Amino acid sequence: MSVETASAPPSGAVEGDGNVPLISVEHLKVFFPIKQGILIDREVARVHAVNDVTLSIDEGETLGLVGESGCGKTTTSRTIMRLIDPTDGTIRFRGDDITKAGHKRMAPLRRQMQMVFQDPFASLNPRKRVGQIIGMPLRLHGAARKEIEPKVRELLDRVGLHPEHINRFPHEFSGGQRQRIGVARALALEPRLIVLDEPVSALDVSVQAQIINLLDDLQDDFGLTYLFVAHDLSVVRHVSDRIAVMYLGKVMEVSPSEELYTKPIHPYTFALLSAIPVPDPEENRRRERIVVGGEPPNPIDPPSGCVFHPRCPRATEICREVEPPLTRYPNGHLAACHHPLNVSPEEIKAAVQDATSPLSAGDELPSPSEGNGPGPSARRSAEPPEAPPSESA
Amino acid sequence: MSVTEPAATPGKAKDEPLLRVEELEVSFATEDGLVQAVDGVSFELKPGEVLAIVGESGSGKSVTAMTLMGLTRSPNARFGGGAHYQGTELIGASEEELRRVRGAEIAMVFQDPMTSLNPVHRIGDQIMEQIQEHEALPDQQARERTIELLERVGIPRARDRIDNYPFEFSGGMRQRVMIALALSCDPSILIADEPTTALDVTIQAQILHRIRELREETGAAVILVTHDLGVVADIADRIAVMYAGRIIEEGSLDQIFYDPQHPYTWGLLGSITRVDRARPERLPAIKGLPPSLANRPQGCHFRPRCPHEFSKCIEVPPLEARVKDQPDHRDRCWLSVDEKRERREVRPGEIGLPTKDEPEEAPAA
Repeated sequence: MSVETASAPPSGAVEGDGNVPLISVEHLKVFFPIKQGILIDREVARVHAVNDVTLSIDEGETLGLVGESGCGKTTTSRTIMRLIDPTDGTIRFRGDDITKAGHKRMAPLRRQMQMVFQDPFASLNPRKRVGQIIGMPLRLHGAARKEIEPKVRELLDRVGLHPEHINRFPHEFSGGQRQRIGVARALALEPRLIVLDEPVSALDVSVQAQIINLLDDLQDDFGLTYLFVAHDLSVVRHVSDRIAVMYLGKVMEVSPSEELYTKPIHPYTFALLSAIPVPDPEENRRRERIVVGGEPPNPIDPPSGCVFHPRCPRATEICREVEPPLTRYPNGHLAACHHPLNVSPEEIKAAVQDATSPLSAGDELPSPSEGNGPGPSARRSAEPPEAPPSESA
Repeated sequence: MSVTEPAATPGKAKDEPLLRVEELEVSFATEDGLVQAVDGVSFELKPGEVLAIVGESGSGKSVTAMTLMGLTRSPNARFGGGAHYQGTELIGASEEELRRVRGAEIAMVFQDPMTSLNPVHRIGDQIMEQIQEHEALPDQQARERTIELLERVGIPRARDRIDNYPFEFSGGMRQRVMIALALSCDPSILIADEPTTALDVTIQAQILHRIRELREETGAAVILVTHDLGVVADIADRIAVMYAGRIIEEGSLDQIFYDPQHPYTWGLLGSITRVDRARPERLPAIKGLPPSLANRPQGCHFRPRCPHEFSKCIEVPPLEARVKDQPDHRDRCWLSVDEKRERREVRPGEIGLPTKDEPEEAPAA
């Protein structure tokens, strides 16, 4: 918790360009204990919610964090906000270690990190007026009473609501409008980072587009940094600069946004993309899609080796035994897979293990001799990597 | 097991509609006034067909589906119009008549697999109860049939899992149980209300795949209620787009996706983020909000949000075929077909269809 730790060189989270990222986590682990017993609680097992995740977000960037339910994306985002204490690992804000920072040290930082929640119905206090809800962060951070109201009106106007609605209650607004209130509250303290946890998944499509456009505008106007957590890959494609794909508490792939969709390297990413039906009948008929069988395994007892191997059509012996390291391919594209797709043998030869790899990962990099030729592209997937696995679990 | 035998209607042609809904009206008296949830909805469902009812929340799509099953009956509800299912008038049917139809002829899969199974009964018992309600089968046979059903919807080790409770299943597995339950009496119509909305995409793909297979095996017609146009493009044959209680456009899959006539439809198609397209500068969003059903705008309900509104829109446009030579493509918009085709190209700040980008490769045959 001391400031001295900040002077220690951050290990690996810093991207090559030497800039200190706005926020980074290194080897973050969050395990939830499962307790059992009378009188004395014994820890009988642990849910491995986040298991050695290293990520960083640069100033002004939008990082999309995607994965299925239970993959640890929300836990990661909440741990970054220091709403959950990590079991292990480091969280840094502008290079400062804030992993164990107490209330006093966090207070000024809280101004700079805000959050927008998924459910606009549950995340606003139904007994408070909109003015009170949006004004609360201002009050908590010591704004003078008479400054608050004009500021709240300005914020309401900024997010596309009528300033005269300042005295209404949340139930008088629709879902999309409530989400705007949530965004206004997050903006109140002029933060640097906003963590958006599934901000549009509870909204109707026509309203989703409005909120996405609003978030886009606000980012341009205020130079905001977003961590955009979502399960919907099509929304994430639209908003992100970089995307990290998580599965069962691990990072599977980190990629520049466009490249993830045209050139997914990890079979899990490919499966995820291929599972999404495209709103275009012709395209859908043309696409041959692989249906991954099974369901994500239990995070209490994650599989050995690569956590995706029980569902992976390309899995071999090594996947069961050795956890693949995050391997760095061109364009800062990282993937943790022994049998990568869409990369040429030359690219595999040039690939190096990235410093953000989990500590438990093996040193073995994918070998170019295995014939990992350019794999299928997810856009118009030609052939599934191998015979499609049987659909049943 | 008789499950594979489609419920053929004796003496009727193949394309004779299985279900005919005519001018269906549903309204609820509430403290805020009369909420007109469904307003003059008519459609037909042919055997083996997948009809998708698409709309946003509050468009009346779920109320339409649930009314067919008699699930919206309550003291404050008023009904009008009719729904004819093979000689049975569903809207005015007695509870007794409905019990015969429900489950056996028309079955439903609900959105939320977490809450639609009874948590204190074993899943096998829940399915057996439905089978034995409609057929006098001894326990052992009903149990065998249940195991067979569970296997068919893709539940591994069905024989061991039949005595499990719902909480012992994951969301995707529970939704499979729901589908098994719905299929247990060989219905000729399956109503699926947002069957995959609560599920992850990889599981959604599995479930949709299964629904498609089952339709081919059993020949059941499906009414799919959803807001997800991706799912629709994947599985539907025909689409009805609902807005504020009315069907505003109805047509085949290709007609709706490639020649949409109503500004709301093209706005909807244009405003979705797509996983298969690079990000546009800005999403063409429909401005404003859907109207409150207690206080709907006069005339065309989409009028206040429509950029192409003109004087005529104050009158309610009838749902009729407007495109030449396409009698089954109907819509409710006063604009002429040429005007629509010209205006639906997306312009800055307006709603419209996404411009088709050049295909990078020749489409596969």
